[in-house]
Amino acid sequence: MSEQSPNDQFLAVERTIGEIQHADGARLAELRVDLLGRKAGRLTQILRSLSSLPSEERRVVGLRANDLKREIESALASRESEVASRKASKQVADLTMPGRSAWRGAIHPVTAVVDEICEIFRDLGFTRVSGPEAETQEYNFTKLNISLDHPAADMQDTMFLSPGIVMRTHTSPVQARTMEQYEPPIRIVVPGLVYRRDAFDASHAPVFEQIEGLVVDEGVSFVDFKAAIDFFVKRFFSKTTAVRFRPSFFPFTEPSAEVDVKWGDGWLEIMGAGMVHPAVLENCGIDSERYTGYAFGMGPHRITMLRHGIPDIRLLFQNDMRFLGQFVE
Amino acid sequence: MIVSLNWLSALLGVDLTPAEVAERLAMLGEPVERVEPVHQDLTGIVVGVVERVARHPNADRLWLCAVNNGVEVLDVVCGAPTVETGGKYPYAAVGSTLPGGAKLKGRKIRGVKSNGMLCSEHELALGTDESGILLLDTDAPAGTPLLDVLAVGDYRLDVEVTPNRPDLLCHRGVARDLGAVLGKPVKLTTIPGAPPHTETPVRSATMGSVGGVEVSVEDVSGCPRYMAAVIRGIEVRPSPDWLQRRLASIGQRPINNVVDATNHILFELNQPLHAFDLAKLAGPKIVVRRALDNEPITTLDGERRRLNSAMTAICDARGPVAVGGVMGGQSSEVSEQTTDVVLECAYFDPKRIRATRRTLRISTEASYRFERGTDLQGMPDALRRAVGMVIAVAGGSEAGPPVDVYPSPTKAVTIFLRPERVTQVLGVELPRAEIEGYLTSLGFTVAPKDGRIAVHVPGWRPDVTGEEDLIEELARLRGYDTFPSEMGPLRPSSVPDDPGYRLEARMRRILTGRGLHEARGISLGPKSGDSAQAVLNPLSAEEAYLRTDLTAGLVRAVEHNWSVRERDIRLFEIGTVFHAAAEGERPQEDRMVAGVITGSRMPAHWSESGVSVDFDGWDVKSLLEEVARAAGSKAVMTDSGGRWVLGGPSGEELGWAGPLEVDGPSWAAGVFGFEVRLTNRDAVTTRFATLPSTPPVTRDLALLLPDGVTAAQVGEVVVRCGGKLLESADIFDEYRGAEIGGRSVAWRLVFRAATRTLRDKEVDAAVTNILGALRKQLGVERRET
Repeated sequence: MSEQSPNDQFLAVERTIGEIQHADGARLAELRVDLLGRKAGRLTQILRSLSSLPSEERRVVGLRANDLKREIESALASRESEVASRKASKQVADLTMPGRSAWRGAIHPVTAVVDEICEIFRDLGFTRVSGPEAETQEYNFTKLNISLDHPAADMQDTMFLSPGIVMRTHTSPVQARTMEQYEPPIRIVVPGLVYRRDAFDASHAPVFEQIEGLVVDEGVSFVDFKAAIDFFVKRFFSKTTAVRFRPSFFPFTEPSAEVDVKWGDGWLEIMGAGMVHPAVLENCGIDSERYTGYAFGMGPHRITMLRHGIPDIRLLFQNDMRFLGQFVE
Repeated sequence: MIVSLNWLSALLGVDLTPAEVAERLAMLGEPVERVEPVHQDLTGIVVGVVERVARHPNADRLWLCAVNNGVEVLDVVCGAPTVETGGKYPYAAVGSTLPGGAKLKGRKIRGVKSNGMLCSEHELALGTDESGILLLDTDAPAGTPLLDVLAVGDYRLDVEVTPNRPDLLCHRGVARDLGAVLGKPVKLTTIPGAPPHTETPVRSATMGSVGGVEVSVEDVSGCPRYMAAVIRGIEVRPSPDWLQRRLASIGQRPINNVVDATNHILFELNQPLHAFDLAKLAGPKIVVRRALDNEPITTLDGERRRLNSAMTAICDARGPVAVGGVMGGQSSEVSEQTTDVVLECAYFDPKRIRATRRTLRISTEASYRFERGTDLQGMPDALRRAVGMVIAVAGGSEAGPPVDVYPSPTKAVTIFLRPERVTQVLGVELPRAEIEGYLTSLGFTVAPKDGRIAVHVPGWRPDVTGEEDLIEELARLRGYDTFPSEMGPLRPSSVPDDPGYRLEARMRRILTGRGLHEARGISLGPKSGDSAQAVLNPLSAEEAYLRTDLTAGLVRAVEHNWSVRERDIRLFEIGTVFHAAAEGERPQEDRMVAGVITGSRMPAHWSESGVSVDFDGWDVKSLLEEVARAAGSKAVMTDSGGRWVLGGPSGEELGWAGPLEVDGPSWAAGVFGFEVRLTNRDAVTTRFATLPSTPPVTRDLALLLPDGVTAAQVGEVVVRCGGKLLESADIFDEYRGAEIGGRSVAWRLVFRAATRTLRDKEVDAAVTNILGALRKQLGVERRET
């Protein structure tokens, strides 16, 4: 130890000062002896060794040692009084006091549902694509085998922007855009907002999320369609959730189906689906004799309401901090 | 479509339960949305047995009956003289509600208490007879619900019919589908009182005549087939009870026997009919032609309407007497004075009817059906049954064979079905016999044709036009649930992921990590800016335009949160904004991310005595920087007019951040926002930088910045002149005070050499170099303490 230079000794002592602030009563007593003890206190030793130093060095080291001694004494005194006062009032830290938190943000529950659905289909080889929200009538209706002359067009009340341009009423136009651009095998999910001329009420909104799915390949049949939807329902809801397929009508699928899941005592409709209508394939330049496929569409807003027991769709658009805060992970 | 369970049962000759029918129809694609018992208002009425009848002690015309209601025997005062001991009558107890909503009270009649009431047909709204109490012909004991005893017990089913299936808009159609799965054929019931034979229609190409009425069709495209019969000598009066009850069972108000008869055919066979009062037809003749522009007609609902040349008008010698396929005219309406009627049975072009009813803004039972397509082949049968029914309920006789103007008869559609295609689409091989069985059970006729099946489509199924339609019929009848759910091998998608969604997911992670909740607004709002795209048919002025930014919606959300007394608000949204393009072109769409923050920067904590600091502009600036970095944006940040602007590589504005002017309550804090366009959609790949193994040397510099010199300018000089050894330069303090004559900004510079320990001399040289450059280029001096 005597081999240490005065500077090293100072640094070692300075490091010990930090410890004083957190020491308990017993450790404080030890530290007092260790640093300032009459016989072997480290600072005492430094002061004692001053006489052996050359005169100008003695002055510099002496000043520093005395500064340090004052600092140590004040730190010891302040900590000792702290420990003593705590002891006096028998105060132990109350660990039931709340911890220090930071703001945590939540993903919107509809986004969470969209992501979860897309991830489940990713396991079946689906990729995730998007498309424009303002569409031509051609893509929104005509290519999907919907004639504006037919009452089927009334199934969706449409917002028009200008002649021939509409806000898409479903994400299905992305089916057509994808089929025109890519060759089968096509397996896509398309989440996005869709628009209907519906006033807000507890179960309707003029804008809401939809997820479209499309598969086109050789040898894709109604059996494959059922298997994929079944896989999805079991993963999204539960392994024991019963699924029911009912006939229905959509201009762009045939056979068409509504898919219900068992919910309590009844059945709840969760998606419209079916085998892609050959006219839609042909409209998009795909040989409908060689290729078949299936498509489905579902409403994440509705599924979100179902999953979380949300009674009014407007809560999903209000952006109330108290509501969104419930979905912090 | 409202369907009566009894009516369906009668057509199929079986007793059906509502639950069974609802389940079967759902699995056929015709879900039942609601089932309700007919005459629900009679559920409280029970069979009462009169045990004694005595004269009322205080009134000559009243009787006192002891009525057994199944539980006890009660005194009931009754005014009808026909009540007999031992007779069974409808009994309404005190407290029960009669049809019409009147609640029955116990009251004294001439000094004697009456406990309830024995009811007449009229009081139960079952008929018009109010002369006496309704005597029940039944073996049921006292206390049995009346609905179990009377034949009026029925259920009303609200069946959802998809727009492709007009055939399901009548009882026969629903019964046909149901019968196909139950194995029961549909048989029309006999009409009591109908003549055994009716005249066979005479077909003609453009015109014909019946009973002295000349019928001609000029508008063949609008009305490809027009049939008319004339019945003379009828008497218009209320319909017989069975007909009234039948219409009432599906919620239709009985009107008179002629109208009721045509309505019965409408709801039974899906053929809309119209009855004209022959005496009111000028000519008498009927001309089916295009209407003239602005040609007036007063329709049955009393509205005066103007027609146009895109519509089909049914006219007499003077002018329009009906809007073809939509609504009759008032001038030729059947009334109580009517003795002779012309019965119209026509087919109107669906597209024409759709356009007409949209222009006139009316929808009727007739237009709804014509628009979806009625049965062109089934018209003669429908007219024959209609004539029989009118004669049965209103008397009279047919004045000669009906006319049938049908210039170019259409043949039944034939489709060639390939069994191997059935297998390809459905994934299950169906035996040929099974295929043929399903189709014939629905009324299709089948014949073999070169390994295929030639299928003739019946007239009531205009939706079936191709092979895929037949395949759907097979799947539907076999039952979707009978197909296995087996995952086959699958090939991965050839379509790449849209890179945008990963970028957006990254944004969500960053911003939720910073404590912001994700908001989702709607893309519609009031006009915001000149480039806003208008909606042609908006629901309201508040939703008449597409949004041009996300911030406006987020500010509305801030105001909402203030209104529920939330002070700490942190929201972000990722969404599309729109800028109008030329008419007939899609607007420009941009994906944006925006955020707003206001209120406490941290949740209050007791250790700080609940005091917390509010967000300020520096918070939102760092959000902008983080978002820009995550977007991979090589943006340049400048400040302009009190906010920060993110400029793109070619000078375009990519985003901004800064304070927002929002009028809030007195307790609200300042609001800050940012909005950035998501353009660069490529993920940024982090390149690893070697971790230093040598110690750093730190120098703190307090620099006095003259007016007009910015930290960014200083930082640029420091970095440029610091040399290779300068690792980082960060601002850690700012001080403003008169004693230093302005503003001092403190920088911490860290120097390091990658492979050796730096010597003080080298660092001092670098600092001197920096200070020299600062002094020379910016007039910045080191602050002396």
